[in-house]
Amino acid sequence: MAEIPILKIGDCLLVSIQVDMHDRLAMALQDDLTQRIVQDRARGVMIDISALEIVDSFIGRMLNNIAAMSRVLDAVTVVVGMRPAVAITLVELGLTLTGVRTALNVDKGLAMIRTIIDRGEQEDDRRGG
Amino acid sequence: MAETQSLFLTLIDKHQSALLDDWLDRMARGSASGAALRRDDGTLDQAKRFLDQLRRSTRHGQLEDINAADWAPMRELLEDVSRARVVQGFSPTETATFVFSLKQPLFQLLRREIGSADRLADEIWTATRLLDSLGLYTIECHAKTREELIGRQQQELLELSTPVVQLWDGILALPLIGTLDSARTQIVMESLLERIVASGAEIAIIDITGVPTVDTLVAQHLIKTISAARLMGADCILSGIRPQIAQTIVHLGLELNVVSKATMADALALALRRSGKTIQDRPAPTPRQND
Amino acid sequence: MIVEADELVPVRCSDDVVRARQAVRAKAVAAGFSLVDQTKIITAASEIARNTVDYGGGGTLRIEVLRNGQRCGVRLTFRDQGPGIPDISLAMQDGYTSGQGLGLGLSGAKRLVNEFAITSAPGQGTEVILARWK
Repeated sequence: MAEIPILKIGDCLLVSIQVDMHDRLAMALQDDLTQRIVQDRARGVMIDISALEIVDSFIGRMLNNIAAMSRVLDAVTVVVGMRPAVAITLVELGLTLTGVRTALNVDKGLAMIRTIIDRGEQEDDRRGG
Repeated sequence: MAETQSLFLTLIDKHQSALLDDWLDRMARGSASGAALRRDDGTLDQAKRFLDQLRRSTRHGQLEDINAADWAPMRELLEDVSRARVVQGFSPTETATFVFSLKQPLFQLLRREIGSADRLADEIWTATRLLDSLGLYTIECHAKTREELIGRQQQELLELSTPVVQLWDGILALPLIGTLDSARTQIVMESLLERIVASGAEIAIIDITGVPTVDTLVAQHLIKTISAARLMGADCILSGIRPQIAQTIVHLGLELNVVSKATMADALALALRRSGKTIQDRPAPTPRQND
Repeated sequence: MIVEADELVPVRCSDDVVRARQAVRAKAVAAGFSLVDQTKIITAASEIARNTVDYGGGGTLRIEVLRNGQRCGVRLTFRDQGPGIPDISLAMQDGYTSGQGLGLGLSGAKRLVNEFAITSAPGQGTEVILARWK
């Protein structure tokens, strides 16, 4: 069973979904990611879906779960590389990705994570926490 | 009635080439474009096939109803002739001239060959009715083909009328003109998203100054477009909200969930601010001293 | 209306869902669908295929390419002999789920296609027919 590789870029984790996912793979990914966020003290999780031609409610649920778990672990989740046809279909399908931010590509995704983390730290400083 | 048919056909058979020449001549004389038609080899070929088909379709003696099965090949032939003419830009009349200009040569032929006045009158009457039906059918085909052509052009126009403009680095504008129905929304979404990918823009200004009314359906289409853009990492600003539109939105309780501005200028100012840009006046040039 | 192509695929497990998507893609491409139209029908197929596996105990999918004069379309027929759906209108509501899903399978799929028909009753299995035209 193929695993999905998780790369570390600074304090972010990058996952590139290249294959048509089935249940076992999706579950494995969620488990692996959660472990790695803790293990690597990651502040950001970037999920690259530029290879996905289809995003259905199953994948949507997986993305929402990942975002929810990261949030609990104080990490930001950004989905990048969504294809136009997929975006149009998702909107028609009525699927909302809750707690999931989106960016055009990996570069912008990293920049977004950076901004959010910095802003969060500024907030903490301001509050004296 | 059997006699009529055989006389008709026999005459056409016997004098085919002379009839053809006469007929094509008539067509050319009919209009300036007719001359162009006459030169075209296609017309000679079509005329030959017409006479051929006339013989075949009348084989069972049925000359009254051109919608019957016997006449199907003839109808197809006329459809082809019409379609070619539409594409070449000829009018319905010019197209029907193909059939109608056969009358004169045919009547001359009948007059030469038929002695009895009564018999002649019958023949001419039968021929007229037949050629009239065929000519009118040609006009109908012309109309239908034109409608198809217009339909295709409308589709192309639809695609061209949703331009996406880049106002500045990372800032796109989408001025919507006209009503936003679901077909248009699809095209709008595709254009906008493709442009976001190509330009890497993070802000899209959707201007609805040119959208006459915003009701629940239009609002849904706007929301879809805005959501799709967001999924591509671009934030949207809605602009061009006229006072009446603002009122309608409130009355209908529409939740657009997007920053909206009255004018595109305001939207652009906001977009620039968000992009970390400011606009400054340049210092006035110092006047040159005249020594 | 003519049925130009016809394929029957099993939809019994998670891997079959992936295969079903690929089979639908092939037919959609053959029918000359635009990329967006392809994406929509494949996504709809994915939703219903998952339902068939998760709730219907597995079943079959028939994929047909249709031609009606100038128009070309793809029709999907999902069938299972599962427990059936007791309340179809409830099941068709956005967000309603009897399992772990997002509750968008039926209602979402319906929005992605031009024609949608569902027949189901407790003990009689379920049949869902979807069609999208170019």
